[in-house]
Amino acid sequence: MILAFDDVTYTYPKADRPALDRVSLQIEEGEVCLLAGLSGHGKSTLLRAACGLAPHFHGGSFAGEVSVVGLSTREHGPARLGAEIGVLFQDPETQLVMSSVRAEISLPLQSRGQSPAEVARGVEEVALVLGIDALLERSTTELSGGEQQRVALAAALCGKPRLVLLDEPTSQLDPVAGDELIGLLRRINQEWDTTILLAEHRLERCLHIADRVIAMRDGRIAHDGDPQSFLSFAAEHEQALQTPGARMFALAGIAPPPVGVRQARATLRARGLLPAGDTSPSERSSEKSSNRGWRAIRSRHGEQEPVLRLKGVWHELPRGATILAGVDLELAAGETVALMGRNGAGKSTLLRHAAGLMQPTRGKVQRSGRVALLLQNPGDYLLRERVGDEASAAALAEVGLDALTERHPRDLSGGERQRLALAIVTDGEEPPAVLALDEPTRGMDRGAKATLAAELRRRAQQGQTVIVATHDPEFAAVCAQRAILLGDGHVIADCPTAELLAGGWYFATETARILGGRGGALLPEQGAELLRFEASRPLPQPLPQSLPKPLSEASR
Amino acid sequence: MANLLIYRRLPSSLHAARASFGALWAASLALASVLLYHPLGLGAIGLAVLGAAYASGVGRAVAGSLRIALIVAAPIVIINVFASSGYGDTVFWRLGYVPPFGQVDLTLEALVYGAVIALKVTDLILVGALASLAIDPDELLAFCRRFSFRSALTASLALRMVPLLAADARRLAEAQRTRPGAAAEGRHRLRSRALLLAATVSGALDRSLDVAATLELRGLASGARVRSLRRPLSRHDLAFAGSALAVLALALAGRITGTVDFDAYPLVRLSSSPATWLICGALPLVALLPFLDRRGIVR
Repeated sequence: MILAFDDVTYTYPKADRPALDRVSLQIEEGEVCLLAGLSGHGKSTLLRAACGLAPHFHGGSFAGEVSVVGLSTREHGPARLGAEIGVLFQDPETQLVMSSVRAEISLPLQSRGQSPAEVARGVEEVALVLGIDALLERSTTELSGGEQQRVALAAALCGKPRLVLLDEPTSQLDPVAGDELIGLLRRINQEWDTTILLAEHRLERCLHIADRVIAMRDGRIAHDGDPQSFLSFAAEHEQALQTPGARMFALAGIAPPPVGVRQARATLRARGLLPAGDTSPSERSSEKSSNRGWRAIRSRHGEQEPVLRLKGVWHELPRGATILAGVDLELAAGETVALMGRNGAGKSTLLRHAAGLMQPTRGKVQRSGRVALLLQNPGDYLLRERVGDEASAAALAEVGLDALTERHPRDLSGGERQRLALAIVTDGEEPPAVLALDEPTRGMDRGAKATLAAELRRRAQQGQTVIVATHDPEFAAVCAQRAILLGDGHVIADCPTAELLAGGWYFATETARILGGRGGALLPEQGAELLRFEASRPLPQPLPQSLPKPLSEASR
Repeated sequence: MANLLIYRRLPSSLHAARASFGALWAASLALASVLLYHPLGLGAIGLAVLGAAYASGVGRAVAGSLRIALIVAAPIVIINVFASSGYGDTVFWRLGYVPPFGQVDLTLEALVYGAVIALKVTDLILVGALASLAIDPDELLAFCRRFSFRSALTASLALRMVPLLAADARRLAEAQRTRPGAAAEGRHRLRSRALLLAATVSGALDRSLDVAATLELRGLASGARVRSLRRPLSRHDLAFAGSALAVLALALAGRITGTVDFDAYPLVRLSSSPATWLICGALPLVALLPFLDRRGIVR
């Protein structure tokens, strides 16, 4: 047994209730365990207790016993335990402590007294495994968020730890990099027999690699079992933890819930609900239908004067890279747009230009109203001592925070902070014409995402244009009609969300991946409708032309 | 500013030398500016540091730190004029009786002495800026850990906090710019900056805890001895070591023999013999000699 919790109760200093409540748990060597649960229910604390930071570093009261690789965390602190385990937390910026990447990865090895040859070999090996060998001589201050995450992971893995603890490692990564990281963890587990304990909100990304899922609720273990049993538990007790695939199956009345895309497709094929090939003429017809809807939306918006127009916008760094390369873009009033693309594609820069925070090196930006920009970290907006001092009463009421005006902004939950930041940027005598959001769902659980999506849809219905830069295809599918894909500073696709997210593999929702893009279905509800229709057909025939509408369209 | 003082590996002789030798060379310049009071000597050291900065590719950033030096130096001059009002024979302004100081006479000598101290401080700031930009802090910390583990731990934390807090401040400032009416708030710029500073400082504790937790998990607190690779001294190591010794020898010689001498009180007296000019001229020369050799500067 590599990790054992024996009746552990832990309370943070000054907290009124325990973050971990009588937790007992045993993890065997070589297992891949997934920690699931809503925000604030104890996942991160469990990881911090497993590496000794709780209570050695954070203080607080601790009862019970945690044993890691045979070492009790009561007797051994994080420095000793760190020799046996690798840890990767959510914010990579605070996990890089040296100036260069090579020094960063060398540090744990040097700290444990390894010889220069061992250090050099360890650094080279882990850099090659993680594909960051080209970064070794770079300064850590020059890395992008995704690169920082990889370097921090390399520093965690370089000592070949027997146990790796990861807290939402994919939250900063684009879908491709996120999938690569999950695949890499599986490879490390299989090749090195490393035990993985991974906390994640986007379960659909990693459920398929898990041997076991531990669900937490109110600091307690609510469920501990294999992925299949976890999905049954989620369907019954915690629907916010259901994967989109499992939800689609449940809505369509198909059992058992699928653990991953592959299993889902196999089940559907076995039931005759999915043809053997991925693309069929019927699917193409559904794409055409989706395009017809898109043309209707575009022609409707095309009659209006755009509220935001980028004309040949370039952003070139002095003696550096080109971030935006001649971007042309028009947004009409009331449009909802998802801005997607890999890390470093230029999404955040484009939003900054839209809001006037940056000036193009060439080209121009025209706005017919204010552009409100909500940046990635809502905490950056909170400077005052009272919620009521941060924004007007009307703005607070609009986001449902009018009852919390006397609270300190730092005491709000993640979702509430996000809403407060939204109230701050949209506050003012004139409502903004455009609302731009940069990665608003980072670190959010599914419930908080749904609340935010509803708020954005409401604003769009009132005529505000909403543009969201996101790595989260599920969120894009819920809240956007139009999707723009950026690549190396160019707009490489600008089309209906259904067209972009239905046909892809990485830039696609789980529903679309399972159904192979059929019917343009992106969300579980749409997928379930399609499956029910398929199940009701006596013989194979072409799909109906108008099945089903994306939610965002239907809601308009 | 903090963002400008971050080390990046560049092709220069100082970057190519190992960090301990680069630090020795920078320390010799700092020590020379502490030892000497002659304005010519201090000016020569300042010139040497700026020359070295430009030769290392960080000239603009080091020159930029002159603004910080000015902010620190100006009050030194002003305070010294008032604090040393009783010293010096050349009164240039009689303020009369000022309670609670009594009779206040501002003297030329106090003004000059304040300016010399300010020059000294400017030299030290320039040397610090150059060292931050051109000497690899990671290598230096690994070197220091062999002798003082706790100091190295503290230095690691402090060094990492500088860019982190700079990034925090940048993000907070950007967030403030996205607030509606941010332009109008320009009238209240001071208040706005005070709010930002307060937020950055209050966030510093959380940040330092996160960084300290990472250092702990990486085993920095394990106290294990760092085993370094033995590598031969490069031509740049030797050149900077020789330069450091020469700078120190010149400064000591000037100070001990009195050839680079300066007295402010009761009257300003500067030595200006040929030896003074020779030593002050030689200081930047020997300090900059290692930069002439540009072979093997990429590592």
